[in-house]
Amino acid sequence: MKLNRENKLLIGLCTAAAILIAKLFSIQIIDDKYKLSAENNTMVYSTIYPTRGIIHDRNGNILVGNKVAYDLLVTPKEVEQFDTLALCEVLDITPEFVREKMQEYYRNRRRIGYQSVVMIKQIPPETYMKFAEVAYKFPGFRGQARSIREYPFNAGGNLLGYVSEVNARYIENHPGEYKSGDYAGMTGIEAAREKELRGEKGYNIWLRNSRNKIESRYRDGEMDKEAIPGDDIMTTIDAKLQHYGQQLMNNKVGSLVAIEPATGEILTLVSSPGIDVDKLANIGQHYKEISSDPYKPMFNRAVQAPYPPGSVFKLVNGLIGLQEGVVSTGTLYPCSMGYHFGRNKLGCHAHKSPINFEESIMMSCNAYYCYILRDLLENPKYGSIDEAMDKWNEYVKSFGFGQKLGSDFPSELGGFIPDSKYYNKVYRKGGWKATTVISLSIGQGEIGCTPLHLANLCATIANRGFYYTPHIIKDSENVTIDPKYKERHYTMVDTTHFPKVVGGMYRAVNSGFGSGGTASIAAVEGLDICGKTGTAQNPHGHDHSVFICFAPKDNPQIAVAAYVENGGFGATWAAPIASLLTEMYLNGEIKKERKPLEDRILNGNLLDRVRVRK
Amino acid sequence: MRDAGGHRGRSIAKTIDWSLVICWLLLILIGWANIYASVHASEPGSIFDFASRSGKQFVWMMTAMGIAGLILFVIPPRIYEGAALPIYLGVIVLLVAVIFLGIEVKGSRSWFAFGPVRFQPAEISKISTSLMLAAVMSQLGYRIGRMKDFIVTALIIIVPMLIIVGQSETGSALVYVGFIFMLYREGLSGWLIFIAGMAILLFILTLTASPFVAALVLAGITSLCICLYSGRFRWWLIICVPLIVLMAFVPSILESIAAGMMPASAEAAAEGVDAAEAAASAEGVAELPWISKIKPLYILLGFCGIALPFVTFHAFRERNMFTQLSLLSFIAGVALIFSVDFLFNDVLQDHQRKRIEVLLGMKEDPAGVGYNVNQSMIAIGSGGLFGKGYLNGTQTTYGFVPEQSTDFIFCTVGEEWGFVGSAAVILLYVFLIWRIIKNAERSRENFTRIYGYCVACCIFMHLFINIGMTIGIMPVIGIPLPFVSYGGSSLWAFTALLFIFIALNRNERKYF
Repeated sequence: MKLNRENKLLIGLCTAAAILIAKLFSIQIIDDKYKLSAENNTMVYSTIYPTRGIIHDRNGNILVGNKVAYDLLVTPKEVEQFDTLALCEVLDITPEFVREKMQEYYRNRRRIGYQSVVMIKQIPPETYMKFAEVAYKFPGFRGQARSIREYPFNAGGNLLGYVSEVNARYIENHPGEYKSGDYAGMTGIEAAREKELRGEKGYNIWLRNSRNKIESRYRDGEMDKEAIPGDDIMTTIDAKLQHYGQQLMNNKVGSLVAIEPATGEILTLVSSPGIDVDKLANIGQHYKEISSDPYKPMFNRAVQAPYPPGSVFKLVNGLIGLQEGVVSTGTLYPCSMGYHFGRNKLGCHAHKSPINFEESIMMSCNAYYCYILRDLLENPKYGSIDEAMDKWNEYVKSFGFGQKLGSDFPSELGGFIPDSKYYNKVYRKGGWKATTVISLSIGQGEIGCTPLHLANLCATIANRGFYYTPHIIKDSENVTIDPKYKERHYTMVDTTHFPKVVGGMYRAVNSGFGSGGTASIAAVEGLDICGKTGTAQNPHGHDHSVFICFAPKDNPQIAVAAYVENGGFGATWAAPIASLLTEMYLNGEIKKERKPLEDRILNGNLLDRVRVRK
Repeated sequence: MRDAGGHRGRSIAKTIDWSLVICWLLLILIGWANIYASVHASEPGSIFDFASRSGKQFVWMMTAMGIAGLILFVIPPRIYEGAALPIYLGVIVLLVAVIFLGIEVKGSRSWFAFGPVRFQPAEISKISTSLMLAAVMSQLGYRIGRMKDFIVTALIIIVPMLIIVGQSETGSALVYVGFIFMLYREGLSGWLIFIAGMAILLFILTLTASPFVAALVLAGITSLCICLYSGRFRWWLIICVPLIVLMAFVPSILESIAAGMMPASAEAAAEGVDAAEAAASAEGVAELPWISKIKPLYILLGFCGIALPFVTFHAFRERNMFTQLSLLSFIAGVALIFSVDFLFNDVLQDHQRKRIEVLLGMKEDPAGVGYNVNQSMIAIGSGGLFGKGYLNGTQTTYGFVPEQSTDFIFCTVGEEWGFVGSAAVILLYVFLIWRIIKNAERSRENFTRIYGYCVACCIFMHLFINIGMTIGIMPVIGIPLPFVSYGGSSLWAFTALLFIFIALNRNERKYF
């Protein structure tokens, strides 16, 4: 054959055809990749959702359970003419809603094809039963059972957390774990133990034929997977106590935290106002209302709000003073309505003078702690105030302040404890001295700590010098908690100094009215409650009312911190609340003579005092 | 029966090339069956149901047969040569008119609409251009090597091509590039085709890879040509290949040096600001180390600049025309690279740039172009050796593949008929084109031969681009598969294109 131009072109033609056929051979016969993709395109996975694990309290009561609700599914291709109004009546929806949905399905008819789509989510069983009776009138509509959360106790939405459908961002942040349509715990315990609670999804595999209709089970269901229910978990919460705490904090803004000192287990964690558990199961429907509430119920104050601790913090300064040797139980300081420096003074209330260490706690003297802080910061032991300040910072942090405690509760915040670097930045180096930062002595100024921090402080004192990291999950059949929750954390203050502080706290509560003790209102006969009041100044309105207490004095069972925003004196609101909670926990009831106090607290409403941005 | 001149000659049965007609018939039947397969799920009904695409295609097929009959039996084949110019000019007018009077379909103005009937003049422009080329090039004394003749020929091709580009139908315009094979057959220098091919290669490389890569390829091929011509292939292997491979690593070497210098400057910037901010400012031009400002392209051109005088001196001393021309082409190639780079990045507007990027597959748009190809390859790949059987394809019938009855019709073939079926379809086309070329060569009239090659080129370009696109070896260019894709104007145009050749061919056979 001559290699003329005709033949060259024919060779070119054959080469081009050979290229096409070779590529076809490679994708149709050699490469399996495309066949697998095609199978995925034709197999329909119908997901079987597992039931979520049940959340128990420490006594085995169910805090969060499951109940059945129904999703209404529509298969647009099968819908025939129906009585819209009748459907609306049984399902309690508007005709506009139905019309809008049907139009939407019509617009997307190509994409939907023969599939079913969810028209209404989470219909309660009562409503669904009404529909089921007349369902034969509505071809193409059917219900699908789905398990949703149920809450036997009003344990507070912030503690329990809610479960909702995952959004695109959540899926992105948990690669490979979730698909759109899945549910996940978003806050609180639900989020903390999502891994155990969620269980494992299963699926049925169906095949569709070339007309896009479901044809048969794939391999008779042999490749299907059953759903595995989530693990049940046991929390450290005492459901009844939590419920009672929730009632005590009703109509007040603030937090109430109780810890078992001997274990660090959180008994109660109330953030008020909270999300009502009635709204929790179907949070999507109420989300707008909740997030626009001016009191911010979604904000978990117990672990996230950095408050000034107020006079409660004197306990920490006192302990540091004892450890550093700048004060002893016998040290007497005078107080003439405050601590005077230069032409300024830090005021105090009327009480006897001079007083010793225990009395300073009992009467909550401001001046006494100004002397202690001054002596701490001007201690010649340290080369400069910077060094002394940093030492103080180190001490305070050893109580867990100024950092996340590391509890298993999600979204805990660390608060703030200042150091020399901070003040050098604010006042420049050398531009500040002990009197500049004197308000730190009484827990004011640049200190921020959460109610959880305060409860932990209380537990530390109750334990006479150590704490367990507060936590909310207990060991149970399927769940083992991190061993770090079983480690003791000692502070930098020797345990020998703690009984001196405990003595002061005991006298603050149990000295009787008229003695000068600030927390007599918290006294309960026979319980030996030890406590410390705090009144945190608040430039934006009424002072915050703070109280921490533990009981009994020896072998303490419970340590409580109450923080009531704009509540005024610590003794007015926080002390009664904390003591009532303690009494309820230890006695199981409220003594008759304290019933009027209980009434006042349960019915008290402080919401008007709280300034909110509406 | 009326025949030109009234002579009867040999009978129809003996003069028509029946193999071409059967081929054509097979292809339109395959097309019809596959159109039904691709729409039967979304538009259920009989294959004849006029509401569905398969029913409509049946009507187009019937009318196409009418057109075929008209061309074979009614229109005297002699008139084409004389009518070529008026037809060509008429179609040019239509092509321009459609830009102003046509309706917009998917972003391009290339359709006339007469009520429910739509018609694309670009389709018949293939016929008119082929006729015109045949008419001009078959004249006595025509020599493609002569500049005047070449320019006229080039204009005949380029004018409709440019108008079609103006209609935003770049894909259809690309088909005209195929006429270059016909020109080659008619004596166009092979080097010219080679240079044109190189220009296209450089154009694509500059845009898809980088100007540096394009220049590297240019240098490699130019040196290869020079060495081959002077019989020093071994030199090329020993000197040029290592140099070029070495040069290929320059960008990554530069990059790693620049990366090594980066932390120092980043640290300087990091004082007092946090790391993220520092990193952000380090990415700014001001913080870049000097070395990253050196472009590898300039290094390469520097080397070439050093080599150039020596080679030029050598070329002139030996009076070697070939080397001189090669050097000239090299310089022209470099100019092309720079101008393409400049045009693309600085002159073109965003939407035009995007169009080219999509055409060359540089930007994958998951919902658009990239998605189509991926789904199309899944559909074809899932067919396996024998396919899933007629009407049993799952991919093509669910609508995973878009445009599946028109541009992506080959997916249905691939999925339902498998490798065997798709290879058979390709071989059928190869046979058709082969047969056209053979008939053209056998013809005694230049007009018939040239027209036959034009037909072969058009069908080949459509075949290769369309199927290449569905199996991922060509960018997505929306042109139909001849005779098979759904669509009236495409089917009619290709039928007319083919049957004019059959008629011309038959006319000759009557007497010889």
